[in-house]
Amino acid sequence: MKQIQALGRSGIAFFQEAGRVTFFLLKSLIGKPNPHAFSLLIAQLYFVGVLSLLIIIVSGVFIGMVLGLQGHNILSKFGAEPALGELIALSLVRELGPVVSALLFAGRAGSALTAEIGLMKATEQLDSLEMMSVNPLRRVIAPRFWAGQIAMPLLSIIFSAVAILGGYMVGVKWLGVDSGAFWSNMQASVDFYDDVLNGIIKGVVFGGVVTWIALYQGYQCAPTSEGIGRATTNTVVYSSLVILGLDFFLTAVMFGGLR
Amino acid sequence: MDNSYSIELKNIHFSRGSRVIFSGVNIQIARGKVTAIMGPSGTGKTTLLRLIGGQLSPDKGDCFVEGQNVPELSDKQLYHVRRQMGMLFQSGALFTHLNVFDNVAFPLREHSALSESMIRDIVLMKLQAVGLRGARELMPNELSGGMARRVALARAIALDPSIIMYDEPFSGQDPISMAMLVKLVRLLNDALGMTTVIVSHDVQETISIADEVYVIAEGKVVGHGTPEALMASESSWVQQFMRGLPDGPVPFHYPAPHYHEDLMGGRL
Repeated sequence: MKQIQALGRSGIAFFQEAGRVTFFLLKSLIGKPNPHAFSLLIAQLYFVGVLSLLIIIVSGVFIGMVLGLQGHNILSKFGAEPALGELIALSLVRELGPVVSALLFAGRAGSALTAEIGLMKATEQLDSLEMMSVNPLRRVIAPRFWAGQIAMPLLSIIFSAVAILGGYMVGVKWLGVDSGAFWSNMQASVDFYDDVLNGIIKGVVFGGVVTWIALYQGYQCAPTSEGIGRATTNTVVYSSLVILGLDFFLTAVMFGGLR
Repeated sequence: MDNSYSIELKNIHFSRGSRVIFSGVNIQIARGKVTAIMGPSGTGKTTLLRLIGGQLSPDKGDCFVEGQNVPELSDKQLYHVRRQMGMLFQSGALFTHLNVFDNVAFPLREHSALSESMIRDIVLMKLQAVGLRGARELMPNELSGGMARRVALARAIALDPSIIMYDEPFSGQDPISMAMLVKLVRLLNDALGMTTVIVSHDVQETISIADEVYVIAEGKVVGHGTPEALMASESSWVQQFMRGLPDGPVPFHYPAPHYHEDLMGGRL
């Protein structure tokens, strides 16, 4: 009997939390936007997008170079080195581009957003906004959400582009794969709708989810240093798990068994 | 509601979980006067301000602000009522990414269609009133605690509210900053004709400028009147608080088992 009660309690708690998370997003996004919404969005795009560029580009180059090395190592066993471009491009635009850039985005921008909102809460800045008749959900949360939503797919495209260049440097310039074969095989095998667009859709989904988790964790955290620390950790952990879980689901829908 | 009161709290009950914060609090705050709400730490003074500002809702009771019952208002109506209120938070709550000028200009830019030159004039006037016109370019992390509160005060009066609420304005201040803040609170109240609510446990500073004082303890109002009347009060609660006595109705010792039995570890 007690186990059934405990199950019921945790079920109710789960749905209450799900409701809170959903209402948090809806109340932020639906309704009259803040009068300075555009300039706030631009500032946040710089904060979450431009400032994440360095880590995205550096990681992209290295992932591309590793793919070039590993791909060449395997393909050369079958004399299929010219297919290196196809292997690198498909791995990146379908999977590694959106997934790895989303994981990096969660670590760089998501944690920063949670810490920023959490500190605003701890220092009563959110309360003071409310007392000044300024809705913090519209003034603080909404521009950050849209910035994350817009920046993440762009970052994932940039990640894939620089990673392909990294793979090209290793595969063509270092290991001697024919440049024409590298690019033409890539062009022949990568479909814009099936591969590139699906990869971008993944980026859009991950961007929304990571930013949502980050903002909610910051907004709901206990206003103490310990609470902010825990919320920041939660952002990275929950985001990473959700990205990987959602990636499996999206891949199954886009490329796999559910298609 | 009597029009001579800006704020009226009627039979307010409020709990956090199983902990009762208020059980039937009645407070009337006179228009244009400085009213202090005092009491020991943890008695819910800040909670009271949050109830007046509509950031919390009471479990039971009414909270009228300028004739409107705050717990019953929609979000839109609540934001409208809050435009008549200014609030000075304990930490100052300045926006850390904006400098002093932009902090004070913030409510004006959000709620008015004034030109930048007009906003500049108003901000400089508000900063002049708190003595910090020369600090307009500083960032919040470059200000002392007292200066940060004065900037927050300038921001709180930027929209010329009819009510201003101060949450522990004097705590943690050096004597000079404290004297400046004490003078400012009274001066602004008289010059701008505002209704002032101060929540504080700094007895001497607060009663020096208050027209009326409420003392709250254990979820109820235990004393009410002018500072002089309260100093002469026979209530042991009020006497302990106003005179800062270490023992009394608020005990020196946190509830504990009998001392002798505790030391003997139950070997008696």
